[in-house]
Amino acid sequence: MTATLPGRTAMPHASSLKPTLAARGAPATRGPGGEPVVEAREFRFSYGPTEVLKGISLGVARNAVTAIIGPSGCGKSTFLRAINRMHELLPDVRHGGDLLLDGQSIYAPGRDLVDLRRRIGMVFQRPNPFPKSIFDNVAYGPTVNRLALKRDLPELVERCLRQAALWDEVKDRLHEPGTGLSGGQQQRLCIARALANSPEVLLMDEPCSALDPIATQKVEELIFALKEHYTIAIVTHNMQQAARVSDFTGFFDSGELIEFGDTDQLFTAPAHERTEAYITGRFG
Amino acid sequence: MNRAAARRRRSHFMVGLMGLAVVLAVLPLLLILGTLVAKGASSLNLAFFTKMPVPAGETGGGVMHAIVGTLMIVGTACLIGLPLGIGGGIYCAEYPGSKLATVTRFVSDVLNGTPSIVVGVFAWTWIVATQKHFSAFAGSVALAILMVPMVTRTTEEMIKLVPHSLREAALALGYSRWRTSLTVVVRTTLPGIVTGSLLAVARVAGETAPLLFTALGSQYLSFDLDQPMAALPLVVFTYATGPYEEWHQLAWATALVLILVVLVLSVAARLATRGKFRQNG
Repeated sequence: MTATLPGRTAMPHASSLKPTLAARGAPATRGPGGEPVVEAREFRFSYGPTEVLKGISLGVARNAVTAIIGPSGCGKSTFLRAINRMHELLPDVRHGGDLLLDGQSIYAPGRDLVDLRRRIGMVFQRPNPFPKSIFDNVAYGPTVNRLALKRDLPELVERCLRQAALWDEVKDRLHEPGTGLSGGQQQRLCIARALANSPEVLLMDEPCSALDPIATQKVEELIFALKEHYTIAIVTHNMQQAARVSDFTGFFDSGELIEFGDTDQLFTAPAHERTEAYITGRFG
Repeated sequence: MNRAAARRRRSHFMVGLMGLAVVLAVLPLLLILGTLVAKGASSLNLAFFTKMPVPAGETGGGVMHAIVGTLMIVGTACLIGLPLGIGGGIYCAEYPGSKLATVTRFVSDVLNGTPSIVVGVFAWTWIVATQKHFSAFAGSVALAILMVPMVTRTTEEMIKLVPHSLREAALALGYSRWRTSLTVVVRTTLPGIVTGSLLAVARVAGETAPLLFTALGSQYLSFDLDQPMAALPLVVFTYATGPYEEWHQLAWATALVLILVVLVLSVAARLATRGKFRQNG
C-alpha cells in the first residue's frame, strides 16, 4: 500500500490558492484512494496571540482511518475541530493557509456552515446525547437538514443504529431518553447520530477517552467497520488505539506535523527522532 | 477528655446552631400561615369563590370578581412579560459578551431592586394619565415590567448551566445557531425556565402597590381590560383597612387564598423541575 506521496499533485483549483502558497508548492499528501477528501495546506491556526497550528499539510484519504497522535497541547484537537469549523463559537481565532473538502476551501467566504457540518460529522470526547429519546437523537440531524421524509425516519434510525452496533441493545426502548444509556452506549448513540446525516467525513475527537476498556473495544471495532463507507479522522491519546484502528497516522508536536505516513511504518520504523521518542514513551 | 470527643461536641454545637437558624427562618412563614388559617379559614366556603361582594354590613358574599381580576391581570402580564423576559434571557446567555447583553444584565439588576410602587407610578404616568382613566391593562403592564427582569435573569442562569458539549453536538450536526439555541439549549432548560417564570408569576400575583395606581380595583365582575378591575391584593388592602368587622374577615380569607395561590405556583414550579429528560454528568 502506498502511504504518502510527497511532492505536489496537480490540483485543478490551485489558482484559487494564495499565490505565495501555490508558489511554495504546499505539499499535498495522497492516500491510496487518490485525491484526499480533506486536505490541509500550510494550515495555521491561532487563539489570540498563541499560534497553535504552525503550517500543517496533510491529506485525509477516502475510506480510510487517519489517526492524529501527539502530546497534550500539540494542536491535534484544534486541527480536527478546524475541519468542521467548530472554533467558530470562540472569539479572537484566526487561521491561515487552507483546508479543503473535496478540493473546495472549507474557509471560503460564503461557505454554508450548515452544509459543511452536515458533510463533516463529529463525535466528541465525552458522549453528549441530547436529552431526548434515543430515536429523536438519531432522527434530529436528518429532520433538521431535511434529508429524510418523516415516514422514512424509522428505517433510517434503525440503519444508523445498526451501523453503530447499538440496535440490538436499544431496539426495545427507542423512546426512552438517550441520557439513560451507559457511557459506551451513549458514545455509540452519538456516532449513530452523526451517521444519520450521511456525512462524507467523520471526525472523532478522542472518542474513547471517557469509556471503559470493553466499551472502547466496541467503539474501535465500530470505527474499523465504518471506514468501508466513511472517511474517518480520529484524534487519540492512546497510541495502541491509533495502531489498532488507523491506516495512516500523523504525529503532531508543538503545532507542527512531525511525521505522517502509513500507520505500520510510523509505529515500527519512525523516520523522525521525536516520533520515536513519543511512541516509545520517552516523552508526552 | 480526649480531642475527638471535644471535636464531636463542637460539631454537635455548630449543627445545633444551624438548626436553630433554620427554625427561626421558617418560623415567620409558619406564623403567617397559621394566623391566616386561624382567622381566614372559617370564611372560606364555596360562596367565597363564586359570589360577588355584598354591601357593607351584610354577611356572606365572596370575592369572585377579584379572583377573575387577578387571573386576567396576571395572565395578561404573563403574555407581555414572559416572552420578553425569556427572549432577553436567551440572548444574554447566547451572546454573553455583547454590549447589549451587558446593558440588559445591568438594567435587569437595577429593575429587580426597584420598589414596585415606582413601577406603578411609571405605568400610571404613561398609561393611566395619558388615557385619562384607570385600567386593568395598565396594571398588567406594571406587573409585566416587574416580571421581565426576574425572568431574564433566571432564564440566563438556567441556560448557562447547559453543558457546552451539548451545544457543540447540535452545531456539529448542522444546526444553525438559532436552531441550536431554540431546539436544544432552550429545550434542555425548559423545566428551569418554567420554574423561573412560575416564581415570577407568584411574586407579581401578590403585588399591591403597582395595582393601586393602575387597575384601581372594582366592586363588579369585569372582563374588560380597558376598565378598572378588582384583584386579590387590592381586595385585601380595601377590606383590611375598612371599618367593618365582616370586611376584616373577608380580608383574612382573601389573604389566605392569595398565599395559597402563591404556594400552589411554587409547588408547581418544583414539580416542573423534575423533568423527564435530564442531562447527566
